[in-house]
Parts: sequence; structure tokens; C-alpha cells
Amino acid sequence: MESTKTPTKKTHNSELGSCLYCNTDLLSGNSFCSNKCEKAYSEINNSETKKAEGSELFSVFAVPDSDNSYSLTLSISNIHCASCVQRVERELYEHEGVLSARVNMSTERLTFSWKGDKKYADILAQSVVKLGYGLIPFGDTESKDGHQDQERLLLRCLAVAGFAMGNLMMISIGLWSEETKLMGAATQGFMHWISIIIAIPAIIYSGRPFFYSAVSVLKKGHTNMDVPISLAIILASGMSFFETINHGEHIYFDSALMLLFFLLIGRYLDIRAKGKARESAQKLLSKLKGTATILDKGKQKVIPIRDLKEGMKILVSTGENIPVDGTIYKGISELDVSLITGETIPKTVQEGDSVFAGTVNISAPIRITASKASENSLLGDIVKLMEQSEKSKARFVRIADRAASLYTPIVHFMGLLTFVGWWALGISWQLALLNAITVLIITCPCALGLAVPVTQVLARGMLFKNGVLLKSGDALEKLEKVDLVVLDKTGTITIGKPELIEAKYSNNELQMAASLAVNSNHPLSKAICRAYTGDLLEINEVKELPGMGMQALLDGQEARLGSANWCGNSSNKETETLELWLNLEGQKTCFKFIDSLRSDAKDVIKKIKKAGLEVSLLSGDSKPIVKEVAESLGISAYHAQLTPIEKFQYIESMKKQGRRVLMVGDGLNDAPSLASASVSMSPSTAIDISQNTADVVFQGEKLAPIFKTWRVAIKTNKLIKQNFTIAVLYNIIAIPLAIFGYVTPLIAAIAMSGSSLVVIGNSFRLNLIKG
Amino acid sequence: MDVLIFLIPVALSLGLIGLAAFFWTLNNDQYEDLEGAANRILIDDEKIDK
Repeated sequence: MESTKTPTKKTHNSELGSCLYCNTDLLSGNSFCSNKCEKAYSEINNSETKKAEGSELFSVFAVPDSDNSYSLTLSISNIHCASCVQRVERELYEHEGVLSARVNMSTERLTFSWKGDKKYADILAQSVVKLGYGLIPFGDTESKDGHQDQERLLLRCLAVAGFAMGNLMMISIGLWSEETKLMGAATQGFMHWISIIIAIPAIIYSGRPFFYSAVSVLKKGHTNMDVPISLAIILASGMSFFETINHGEHIYFDSALMLLFFLLIGRYLDIRAKGKARESAQKLLSKLKGTATILDKGKQKVIPIRDLKEGMKILVSTGENIPVDGTIYKGISELDVSLITGETIPKTVQEGDSVFAGTVNISAPIRITASKASENSLLGDIVKLMEQSEKSKARFVRIADRAASLYTPIVHFMGLLTFVGWWALGISWQLALLNAITVLIITCPCALGLAVPVTQVLARGMLFKNGVLLKSGDALEKLEKVDLVVLDKTGTITIGKPELIEAKYSNNELQMAASLAVNSNHPLSKAICRAYTGDLLEINEVKELPGMGMQALLDGQEARLGSANWCGNSSNKETETLELWLNLEGQKTCFKFIDSLRSDAKDVIKKIKKAGLEVSLLSGDSKPIVKEVAESLGISAYHAQLTPIEKFQYIESMKKQGRRVLMVGDGLNDAPSLASASVSMSPSTAIDISQNTADVVFQGEKLAPIFKTWRVAIKTNKLIKQNFTIAVLYNIIAIPLAIFGYVTPLIAAIAMSGSSLVVIGNSFRLNLIKG
Repeated sequence: MDVLIFLIPVALSLGLIGLAAFFWTLNNDQYEDLEGAANRILIDDEKIDK
């Protein structure tokens, strides 16, 4: 079949003078045009994976379109810049039959469609993988799309309401001004009819989010904020319609639309905030799907990870994730276990060692026997724990909802009372209804509908400028009540990057070590290279031995840089510090490293304690290391050698004691604890799964955002409470006036907007926080 | 006041054109990938004849 011909990989012009990555012509002799390209290039070359050919991993997810064509959406990683987008799209377009190819940078999705066979998807996807981009299929796109539809609906409603409100205001100014008296009755009538033509469709269109919600809640026998809103809008427009037909005076379409417009703004801001959180959760889900290469009767076969069974033999090549918990039966390598323990230094493993799913094989291919089915792996357990915690978290009732559940029955009752009361007093039903509508409008819960989102959006914006991303809408509310701060050690209060300590080594030795280390990707080697700034020696034939170190011949002499044992240091005492040894012609030098603390860790912890919060430290590291760190920071409560499950249990037990826990962590080992804690934070260097779980993600090399966020949270909640107070005071004054008929709906709408403005203005005081 | 018969529909239709334009952009997924759009302007001519 012509459409399934083997992909023709484009040959890139890689001669001197153009960027190795994006082919931009270069004037200088550099290999790359920018740092971004260099980073992307090295990442691609590191992550080059070799999957067995002829698999059907992607095609099963393809969706048939009309007339013999299919489309497929995949999650794509390593997209950094425009040239990445261009490379991927061009690559796909070079294949015959490809109808469209589009990379979405914001959501990191690749969507393409093609004509022909369904299985062609695998060839297309493989060609992109060969460029070095990670592709992961994901099955369920529905939940996201449903959410997106909702967001779009609100945006459309907002646009229509805004349009209608603007035009109605324009007409209303004419109608309400003093000169109206000079206006002929025909002109007035004309303007009222124009108002109707604009308002009725706009209200029907834009009011839908409120109407649907109100109807669905009423069906279940409850009530929410949308019920009085819908009622007020419907009554006000029905009344105005009636009045227009009868050439009456009480026409208040503009108030109804103004109400809708303001409420829709609040609603839209709210859904955007929630959407952001949901998007990142989706990314997490797609990361957990993928494939593994198994050896079945001597043949290589690629199967989805979820189909892995106990006892299967799995081949894990360099750069691949270990797909399932198991035992190594062949090969020596180093694993990046940072996902599980947060430890950045690779762990050396060999035959007989057990390995955990989610760790990355760095140096050499290994073969493992699966000891559990994939859903029972440690990674699976962690995800399960997280899911459970997330569910229990959903029970948190937001302050606005609590207030609404108190507020709505009162509003309804008062509206009804007003109508019945006036009617019983014997005035016309229109006037009685008018007063009731006024009550509904004037009590309009703007403090609830608008001011809470506005305060939160302001807080969010302010934190964002400080490098803090609020992911869940209720994070700030939950932060306020926190009384215990639990910190993870590695990667959270330390930077997670080893640094060379000044010790007993000569400059020559450092030069030698750096010249060897430059050939390795090991974190300790990188640390040596960072510490050394001079010229490097030229060494040929450097070999990297997995789990041992670097080896090279220099003037006929063997030079080694690596672990203590391998470099001939037989004393072999278990030292607590990280070290590398250099063996040069029998002379041994030791390089020591520490994982340094974040520069402001001590300061921030002091501030947190001063603010009356307790601090405790959790770590998977050995006791002496944790003790040293805890003491240097002045933390008295610390727990060492904890597994992810034990960390989780610690948080749970604290919660049982009635504590409100803020967890700050970065590794996969922290993920269940992050999910379980009342509220959680993660540095942006954390792995995706932790960032996705955390309510708050902060950037930068400092811990200060933790304290800053807490302070903003306190202030935000104070402002929200003030806003409620303002709203209640306003209602206490306005409601009696409305009940007794001193207020028209227009004045009510203006008063309502006025109170909203006061509340919004009050929210802006958030920006006054210093430091 | 006769001019209103003429002016109000003109004002309304101008507004409607804007509204329609917004709906059109929204339905064309133009707000889907703002980050990508910002980056794509950096790409030189895409020589894709399809």
C-alpha cells in the first residue's frame, strides 16, 4: 500500500555554520543558535528511545473522521519553541496522505489527521518520536472537552450580555434624561421596542447558565444562588415586557442585563481558574500511560504498561522509564530514582536488585522480571492514594457556597413576603410584584457572585507576579486555617543539586576530574564541571562504566573518576556525605559534595514560626543527614527514613489530631502526602505529578514564596470577610427600603452595582501588602 | 428625532458586526493556543503546499 511506505526522514543540514537543532544559519562557529536549542538538542539525544517496530500503540487511539480519514491527538513533550513546532509539523507533512498536523503549545498536544489506513498512525507517530519528541496517547478527551464547552458558553453569554447591556444603556440614557419630557410618545415607544428587541433575546441567551443551573437544582429539591438570580431576571424582564406593551413606566431591561453581565464575569473568572487545575491533572494522567518492551519467547514485543503481568521479562533500554516494579536479572546500570525518593544522585543497581516503576534507567540497558502487575506497583499505589485523598478533599465547602446556602432561603422568603404583604394591603399586583423584584435585585448576592472571585483573581495575579501559581480556587481559603507546615527535605528546602565543597584537592586534580567528568551526565560529574572554570585537558577514549565511574588513558596511565570502591579506596566505610574519588596513577583524591539548602530557608522558617505555625521536616534520607539539616534550620520536629506511605500516614495522623497541614514537597514520594494534606505546595522544579497534585506551585530558588503565599491568603480571607460584612450592612439598609417600596428596580440595580464596586474596590486593597 | 430611526439601527448593526466577529474567532479555535500563536510568528515561510 502506498500510504504505508516507510517514513522518509528528512536529512538535516548539520555542517558547520548552522544550528544543529533548528538549522538556523549561524555567523559564528557555535553549534547552536540559542541556549533553548542547545537544551532541546541534548534532551532529545538523551531521550532517544528505541522501541520495537511494527507496534500498534498509537493507532488504537485513532478516531475515524469522514470519508476514509482518521485523526489522532497525542500528548507531546519537549516542545520548547517555534522551531520545535515547525519540525514536528513539517515532518508529518512530508508523509503522503497527511491532511493536517498541528501542535498546540499551550496544552502540549499534537493533533494530526491522514487519509488511508488506520495503522498508518504508528508510522507517523514513530517518525515524530524519531525526531526526539515524546508522544503519549491518552484515551479520554471527553472530560476536558465538556469543560471547554462550558467555558466557551460562558464567554459567548458574556459577549452577548455585554453587547446588549452597552446598547441598552445607550438608549436608556436617552430615556432617563431630563429631556425625555420633550420626547414624543412615539419616539419613547420606539425606543422601548428597540430595548425589547435587544433585551429579550440577549436575556434568553445569556441567562442560560443561571437558568439551567437553577432548574437542575430545583429538580433535586435544593436551592442555590442561581435560583433568586434567575427569578429576579425573569420577573424583571417579564414585568418590563408587560409594561412596554401597556405603555407603562416600569421598564427595567437594563437592570436585568447589567445584573447578568456582572454575574457572568464572576462566573467566567471562576471557571477559568478551575480549568487551569484540571488541565494539569490531565497531563498527569497521560504521563502514566505508555508502553513497555517485553521479551516473549525470545522475541521483542511492545505492549501497553497496563497489560504487564507478574513474571514478564521486560527490556528497559537507556533513557526509558522502568514500567513496573521488578527485579533485575541481567545488566548493571544506574537509575534516576528522584521520582520515588526525591534523591537526585543516581542509584547503582545490578542483578538481583529490585527496582520500582517510575524510576528512569540512565546508563545501560537492563532486563527485569516484573514482580507485580502494573496496577499494583509502588507508582500505582501512590496514584491510588492520591486519588483517594483528592476525593476526600472535594468535600471542602467554600465560603461562598456556605454563605449562599444561608442567604438564598432568606432572599426568597423576603421576596415572597414583600409581594404577599403588599398585595394583602390592597395595591395592584404589578406594584406588589415590582417591589418584590426590587427586593430580589437589591439583595442580589454580588458579594458572593462577584467579590469572592474578584478578590481571588487579584490574589492570584499578585502571586503570579511573584512566581507563585495558584492551582486550586480554594487554596487561599484553606491556607488561612493552616497551623502546621510540613516540609520535605530533598529538593524542597535543599536545592536538590549537589555542589562541590572546598576540600583537599589541588587545582590540577580538579582539572583532571573535570576533564573526565565533562563526558558524563551524572549529577556529581556535572557538579564538578560547574565548579571548575578553567581549560579542560584533552582526553581520548573516555569510557563510562555504569555504576562505577569514568575511565580514561592518560599518557599510558589509567585515570579513574568514580565511586570509592572502584577507585581503590578499600576502607569502604559508609560515609554520609556524597563523594567522588579520583584515582590518578595510584594517587587518590576525594571530592565531597553537599546538597545545599535554599539560600533563604533559615530565614523563611524563622518567619513561619514567628507567625505562630509549627514546622516539621520529613525525609527519606538517613537520620544523621536529616538531623543536621533540621538543627541548622532550627526545626525540632523531624522524621527520617520515611517511605512515601509513611509520609502519607504521618500527614493523616496529624489530620486526625485536628491539625490543618500545609505540605510542601517535590518528589513522587511526597505526592500522596501532598494530596492528603489540607493544602499543599510544590516548587516548580518538582516532578509533574507533584506539581499537579499541589494546590500551589512556586518558582525560583527561594522558599520565600511559601511565607508570602500564606500572608496573601490571610489578607485575602480578611478581605473576603470584610466584603461580606459590607454586603450585609448594605442589605440591612437597602432591604427595608425595598420592601416598603421606596426603591425602583433601576435604583436597586444601580445600588447593587455600587455595592459591587465598593466590594471590588475593597478587594484591591490586597495590593497594599508589602514584602 | 427622525434621524434616530436611522442611527439606532446603524449603531446596533456595528455592535452586532463586532459580536459576530468575536463569535467567529471563538468558533475557529483562535483562542485555543495563544502561546503557540505567539511563537508561530517566528517561523519563516512554511513551505507546505497542502
